Amino acid sequence: MTSGVTKTAGNKPVKEMGSAVVFFAGDSGDGMQLAGTQFTDTSAIIGNDVATLPDFPAEIRAPAGTVAGVSGFQINFAASDIHTPGDRVNALIAMNPAAFKAHIEDVEVGGIVVVNDSEFDKINLRKAGYSEGYNPLDDEKYGQRFKIYRVPITRLNAESLATTGMGAKDIERCKNMWALGLIYWLYDRPLDTTVGYLNDYFGKKKKLPAVAEANVKALQAGFHFGETTEMFTARFHIARATITPGKYRKITGNEGLAMGLVAAAKLAAKQLVYCSYPITPASDILHSLAAMKNFGVKTMQAEDEIAAVCAAIGASFAGQIGVTGTSGPGLALKSEAINLAIMTELPLIVVNVQRGGPSTGLPTKTEQSDLLQAMYGRNGDSPIVIIAPQSPADCVEVAIEAVRIAIRHMIPVIILADGYIGNGAEPWRIPNETTHPDLFKPIEVKHATDPAKYQVYGRDENLARPWAVPGTPGLMHRIGGLEKQDITGNVSYDSANHQRMTDLRRLRVEKVADFIPAIEPHGDNSGDLLVLGWGGTYGSIVTAVENARQKGLRVSAAHLRYLNPMPKNLGELLSRFKKVLIPELNTGQLRLLIRGKFLVDAKGLNKVQGKPFLVEEIEHAIHKLLNNEWGDQDSITPSTETLGAEEAAG
Amino acid sequence: MPANTELPVLTAKDFASDQDIRWCPGCGDYAILNQVRKVMAKLGRTREGTVFVSGIGCSSRFPYYMNTYGFHSIHGRAPAVATGVKIANPALDVWVVTGDGDGLSIGGNHLIHALRRNVNLKILLFNNRIYGLTKGQYSPTSEEGKKTKSSPMGSIELPISPLSLAIAAEASFVARSVDVDKDLPAVIERAGMHNGSAFVEIYQDCNIFNHKAFEYTTDKDTKEDNIIRLEHGKPLIFGKNRDKGIRLHEHKPEIVKIGEGGIKEDDLLFHDEKDDSLAFLLSRMSHSDGFPEPMGVFYTAPDDCYEDLLAKQVADAIKSRGEGDLEALFNSGETYEVA
Ligand code: SF4
Repeated sequence: MTSGVTKTAGNKPVKEMGSAVVFFAGDSGDGMQLAGTQFTDTSAIIGNDVATLPDFPAEIRAPAGTVAGVSGFQINFAASDIHTPGDRVNALIAMNPAAFKAHIEDVEVGGIVVVNDSEFDKINLRKAGYSEGYNPLDDEKYGQRFKIYRVPITRLNAESLATTGMGAKDIERCKNMWALGLIYWLYDRPLDTTVGYLNDYFGKKKKLPAVAEANVKALQAGFHFGETTEMFTARFHIARATITPGKYRKITGNEGLAMGLVAAAKLAAKQLVYCSYPITPASDILHSLAAMKNFGVKTMQAEDEIAAVCAAIGASFAGQIGVTGTSGPGLALKSEAINLAIMTELPLIVVNVQRGGPSTGLPTKTEQSDLLQAMYGRNGDSPIVIIAPQSPADCVEVAIEAVRIAIRHMIPVIILADGYIGNGAEPWRIPNETTHPDLFKPIEVKHATDPAKYQVYGRDENLARPWAVPGTPGLMHRIGGLEKQDITGNVSYDSANHQRMTDLRRLRVEKVADFIPAIEPHGDNSGDLLVLGWGGTYGSIVTAVENARQKGLRVSAAHLRYLNPMPKNLGELLSRFKKVLIPELNTGQLRLLIRGKFLVDAKGLNKVQGKPFLVEEIEHAIHKLLNNEWGDQDSITPSTETLGAEEAAG
Repeated sequence: MPANTELPVLTAKDFASDQDIRWCPGCGDYAILNQVRKVMAKLGRTREGTVFVSGIGCSSRFPYYMNTYGFHSIHGRAPAVATGVKIANPALDVWVVTGDGDGLSIGGNHLIHALRRNVNLKILLFNNRIYGLTKGQYSPTSEEGKKTKSSPMGSIELPISPLSLAIAAEASFVARSVDVDKDLPAVIERAGMHNGSAFVEIYQDCNIFNHKAFEYTTDKDTKEDNIIRLEHGKPLIFGKNRDKGIRLHEHKPEIVKIGEGGIKEDDLLFHDEKDDSLAFLLSRMSHSDGFPEPMGVFYTAPDDCYEDLLAKQVADAIKSRGEGDLEALFNSGETYEVA
């Protein structure tokens, strides 16, 4: 948080800031996700750049008031270009003791903590796991580190709605809006976007005008409280960012994937058939697409993960675009069927919104630990194309690119998104044909029609076999998982043919590299250190590298969208840097691939804590490596100190 | 297909592919293949408009031998693959060929849900009560006590009734026949004409690993005493001399002799294809319990097909909201201008 000029507006001075990170935390029933998304929408609409990180509890209804039931929403909003939801929280809104306990350590020293004092009673303190008779708000340890504002939100909200005639329960439900109103005041934001939303959602959609009115009233009451109370001595303003002019909308990664898939189907003049089994954090893609039937989308909620991928394969065989979406455990279940698509050389898109593993793991937390599963997690030698979006907005383009590759090369493609990208949101400049001509290029589909020329496993210049769709006269053929004879596609157990087909399956993936752009470093083309990343770590890496460069360090960043095949110039790029650092939210999966493929002594910054990288964690690793403080380890983990301490204690 | 194209009249032969058939000599699959080819011709189906989908097992080789589109998929998953085909192109005539291991063991879940959804698939389950391709282990339909390589002391598992399962899974057409029986083509034909998911269990002789498992239904001298040929609206009469029948006694079937003790045909149970409770009752009658086993159509009821309902939702959404183009797509949700 950078502070600047102070001016006065109303009765309180307004401090100008470059950016701020606000965190709404409360019980899962407290409506924190709504407060967070509303704050995001408002900030985006008034011209800030924004990046968000929702944090859901793993249990749908964990016991109220417990730390396990805390739901959070982090927003970074800025007057400049930002890429991450922010390292340190400038203002925490804690609706109960559990929320305070879960997130107080994320707040910067000197940061603002607004607590709902009404909820800090004996029972809730006990539910949060505080020892009997202890209230953290009375603990000097916190009072010294943070500016704690004890606001009896529940009571004040109830008082402000006392005349509405609504029941106590319904009134209490509005307290998130009361809190939001206060934070709007604190950060000098207008109320109109949220007022409009409340009237639309509760008033028009749910036909509950009284509820809409009460929520609006609560919102305004919170705002007015900020203005009139003596408690707050200053408020903050974050100027609009200098963003490229144009039309924008906020987009989450899952929305982006859904939209990209629909767009791709339109560009290919095909029907999108999306088959999926509900799984966190990928279900939102299914929800989005199920609501987009007017775009010609067909969705199938399958009986299990295997049926989902098999139905998608069937749809592709029948000539449409078959897509299945899942998360890590689901990808494991789909692996046999994905191999069927590899063997039958059909276009197929598999979306994997990664989460913490192994096994059921951390369903609601992000991780990048399925790279090797995507790469190798199938029987036999079965190479597949893998691409990964780097941000929520990037998901649109990546989804279109996946379909383009799948159809051009008659090949399955895995998209590796992650929970952070899937649920995270950022502003997205709505593309049109003038701003993004490449995005709107039609996807060329060549269906075989001529029986005289048709060979089931004949090949074009990209080593793709022809897509002959059932219904086409004269092209009847049979495909399947048994090894096929080259050209004819007949079942073949011939050893030389199997060698040839295995080589072909590898070459077919490699061929895709002819169509992918060279990887361009962010920063100079050579130097002391290249920080190489992939997927959702983009924002943290780029921000850390920019910071390091400002300090004069010869560091560049490079980000892989194409993980298989990799860009052709990657080896050459790696060789132009003295050192290579690969930060990943896993224990070193890309590092293993890079070391194996390029014999580069890449070092790893590896974290599996269910959270994205903090910028400072990457900066720290950069400095360590460049100052020769790294030692001889292959990789380091942020906060290893804590781990060591716990181990020592245990 | 354009109306002015002259439709060539196809014969069973036209539905034969150029692939060498690799089933063991004497396998019951041959008879079924021949009948299916004939029925396809009789129903006037086209080669290009037909897709055969299978999983893994001896029976799942079937698509290779049909000169139609075919997909030899992975173990147990044929109903799911076929569902995808139907969703993508509801106009195709899609058949699933599966076996007792493929369809009831590894793929039981997909079978249940394809039937429940009423996807317009014709599912032929070749039941040979054994694992043939893996060389002779007991299957989910093998009788209790069955001695095989994997059950040297006898199987300790109860067999499943494919038809009971299909009825419980809300199948809209359920039938049974035997590989070499004269009624097999008629049963397949009716399945082929049914609008919705049709499930046909076909007793199939694996003459290598479970030879004569169904001899009681094929032996000329005894079969009519061991099966009942179901006819809608007709009493359940069976026996070589058509002198035996099935009567309900305290909600349970019992075998009675017509004419004995004054029992008339009218006292017998009458078959009603529309009655799923009756169909279930019939599906429980087994040879091992001393009953003749019903053959033919157990149950059939009209119902909307999954892929049609899905296509209708798409059409309805387009009607009410207009067909979405790229611009509408990207501009959906709340947008704002940055000047
Ligand atoms: S093993 Fe049995 S079922 Fe399989 S092909 Fe041979 S006879 Fe037929």
